[in-house]
Amino acid sequence: MQTLETLTQEAVALAQGGLTANEAEVARQMHFCNGCRYCEGFCAVFPAMTRRLEFGKADIHYMANLCHNCGACLHSCQYAPPHDFAINVPRAMAKVRVQTYADYAWPKSLGTLYKHNGLALSLALAASLSVFLLMALQLNGSLWNSHVGNNFYDLFPHNLLVSLFAPVFLFSTLALTLGVRHFWKEITPATSGAALNLDAGAEATNAALQLKYLDGGHGDGCNNEDDAFTLSRRRAHHLTFYGFMLCFAATSVATIYHYALGWVAPYDLPQLPKILGAIGGVSLLLGTAGLFKLNMTRHPLHGDPEQKSMDLGFIALLFFTSATGLALWLARGHALMPALLAIHLGVVMALFATLPYSKFAHGIFRTAALLRFAVEKRQPNRLGLGGE
Amino acid sequence: MSLDVLVIGGGNAALCAALMAREAGASVRVLESAPREWRGGNSAHTRNLRCMHDAPQDVLVDAYPEEEFWQDLLKVTGGLTDEKLARLVIRHSATCRPWMVKHGVRFQPSLSGALHTARTNAFFMGGGKALMNAYYRSAENLGIKIDYNAEVDEVELDGNRFVAASVMHKLPNGDIRRERIEAKACVLASGGFESNREWLREAWGKNERGEYPSDQFLIRGTRYNQGVLLKHMLAQGADAIGDPTQAHMVAIDARAPMYDGGICTRIDCVSLGVVVNAEAKRFYDEGEDFWPKRYAIWGRLVAQQPRQVAYSIIDAKAVGRFMPPVFEGTQASSLTELAQKLGLDENVFMQTMNDYNSACQSGTFDHTTLDDCHTAGATPEKTHWARPIDTAPFYAYAVRPGVTFTYPGLQTDETAAVHFNKKASSNLFVAGEMMAGNVLGKGYTAGVGMTIGTAFGRIAGEQAAKAALKSGSQHANA
Repeated sequence: MQTLETLTQEAVALAQGGLTANEAEVARQMHFCNGCRYCEGFCAVFPAMTRRLEFGKADIHYMANLCHNCGACLHSCQYAPPHDFAINVPRAMAKVRVQTYADYAWPKSLGTLYKHNGLALSLALAASLSVFLLMALQLNGSLWNSHVGNNFYDLFPHNLLVSLFAPVFLFSTLALTLGVRHFWKEITPATSGAALNLDAGAEATNAALQLKYLDGGHGDGCNNEDDAFTLSRRRAHHLTFYGFMLCFAATSVATIYHYALGWVAPYDLPQLPKILGAIGGVSLLLGTAGLFKLNMTRHPLHGDPEQKSMDLGFIALLFFTSATGLALWLARGHALMPALLAIHLGVVMALFATLPYSKFAHGIFRTAALLRFAVEKRQPNRLGLGGE
Repeated sequence: MSLDVLVIGGGNAALCAALMAREAGASVRVLESAPREWRGGNSAHTRNLRCMHDAPQDVLVDAYPEEEFWQDLLKVTGGLTDEKLARLVIRHSATCRPWMVKHGVRFQPSLSGALHTARTNAFFMGGGKALMNAYYRSAENLGIKIDYNAEVDEVELDGNRFVAASVMHKLPNGDIRRERIEAKACVLASGGFESNREWLREAWGKNERGEYPSDQFLIRGTRYNQGVLLKHMLAQGADAIGDPTQAHMVAIDARAPMYDGGICTRIDCVSLGVVVNAEAKRFYDEGEDFWPKRYAIWGRLVAQQPRQVAYSIIDAKAVGRFMPPVFEGTQASSLTELAQKLGLDENVFMQTMNDYNSACQSGTFDHTTLDDCHTAGATPEKTHWARPIDTAPFYAYAVRPGVTFTYPGLQTDETAAVHFNKKASSNLFVAGEMMAGNVLGKGYTAGVGMTIGTAFGRIAGEQAAKAALKSGSQHANA
């Protein structure tokens, strides 16, 4: 059923040149910002803005994903609430950003999952998958069997795990790839249309890996609870991202060990999968704990309050992935091991199942936007405004 | 324990004074009349500081030597300046930035779209509100007590010495709590009177049409510069400086809010078209010079027109050559339709436009130089960028005078002391807009207000601490 609400939204969108209400709000705010430009040094959004006089749908989608929600422009803004102009760029961008994840989602019908993907859903999914696996162990009598020692594959045979995880992982990868490809196609003409080159690619990769735009442009960091700058968000995100990547690397190396070298898990120190996993797990644990704390203390005007649950859901799944993984390691040879294994696998399964429709998308879409920014800034500015 | 230094005001000059006094070892309290979210006065709307420098610095290119800065100041003020104080401010600007950085202020390269400022002006990253945030954070960290919603309307003097201030604390429930605050020294830095509609009326009076022109003025900055303390000090016999009818006024979008419209209410298309008044007549050469060099005289020009309004008219040829105003213009497919939409007399308007269009001489249009497109036989002539306005769609933007700040203030010297009958007070100092008229008697050049505020704020704070700590040690010795 097409609700009255969607009909109204479409009518409004049509009247505003095809923009949704959230997109029109970004366009409105960008006109004010373009007349001020005080925030030019903070990030990539404002230099991208000064190359434009009008803000079409693709421009807005591009800029919304360039925005890192650092908060610097909000706290610096002479037109921020309670000013009648009500400029809050991070919030306006955040509202469009989540909409772009849904708009470009593959398959499109699953895009609505972003709206429902929250803390409760993430935890419920992790819990039910864990319970399912616990029951499976209970049924075959191995749940409290302390004689399994250290061997996971006695509990869940390797091929069973592969057949459970491989499809989920491959689907997630496919969905994200097709989604971001759609996004890329849409924003490329709006960002000069020029092709990606090595130089631009290197700059954007650097910006993404360093989280350059969480440094405030001056290196003091971004905002969290107030107008003071902090590097804690950047650091917590680094711990999370690189922790996640190390865990991913651990799994990848283990896969090579298994298939290419015939070295079968479990591994122990000083074997590479274990080293990578241990460091990655601890890093992920600390990083997500930090991001959680920072998220809870964020200034109320930052970002879109409606997305907090999605953010926390993703943080929670990452946290429990590493927490249960580390617990599993500590419980080697203990009677709790089978239960912890089931829980860990449940959480990891929930993480990967929700991946393409979760906060994870932000990394993919933002990297794409940063790549287009690096390309566009290398093109001559088409605007010739007097006085420049 | 009694307070050493009381700072009245909450903008750039006030916070510079407070931080300097605190660094010198004084206990400091700041009284800001605005609520926290509106703190910082006009400083929150600023974007840069005009800086002398003899060699390239972090965000400044080339050099901007003392003499050139002084000549620029001399030119814009038409000599209405005090050379000794002006040079003091200029030299101060060469050395104050590391101190600003220490207190958390960050600089960025000159903004895109700003006119040739990379050499002369150091831009605050995030603008003046970010600068004020940094100063307030630093002040809190140093243990300076800050009161918001605290308006001082009375200062107690003993001869020319400061004794105490009477403050009205505006409480959240709407009540007012009065407090008398004694201090060993005091810095006055609570701004001009441009937000005070009554005082503006008084200064501008009634024109020959029976209008109070100032009623139509928009205030580009804070609504909290009511001039209460300035007026009180003048009534107490403090020596005054500056023409009370003078204000820095520019032409801005007529739809800007009454207060706090700031920089983005500017209209940048004047030099690309013509400007007519409410009687549909042109009244000044729109192409005299680049708009950023002329927008300040247009405030006064519009203030002299009937109903204090004018309309900047352009055609499709101008679109894309200027920063579009934040509010949409009036659009029409013909000039007569435009006149109707603006409520202008159609016949007079068409006469004006036809006279102008037929007077345009052919030339090579280039809006980035003072080109050779001009009129011959129009009244008044347009000397550059004159092209017939003949290509639909046509656009109009209404403009009004927008007041940036007022010039009248308190006379001072190189110690920032307030004077009574030409004698300096030993413990009462003044900084910022309240004394800027000593250096800037009229006119304006980008960033100079913040330079004066920073220099005199720091001097006032240093002097106030010195006065307070000296009187303290005298007591201790007694």
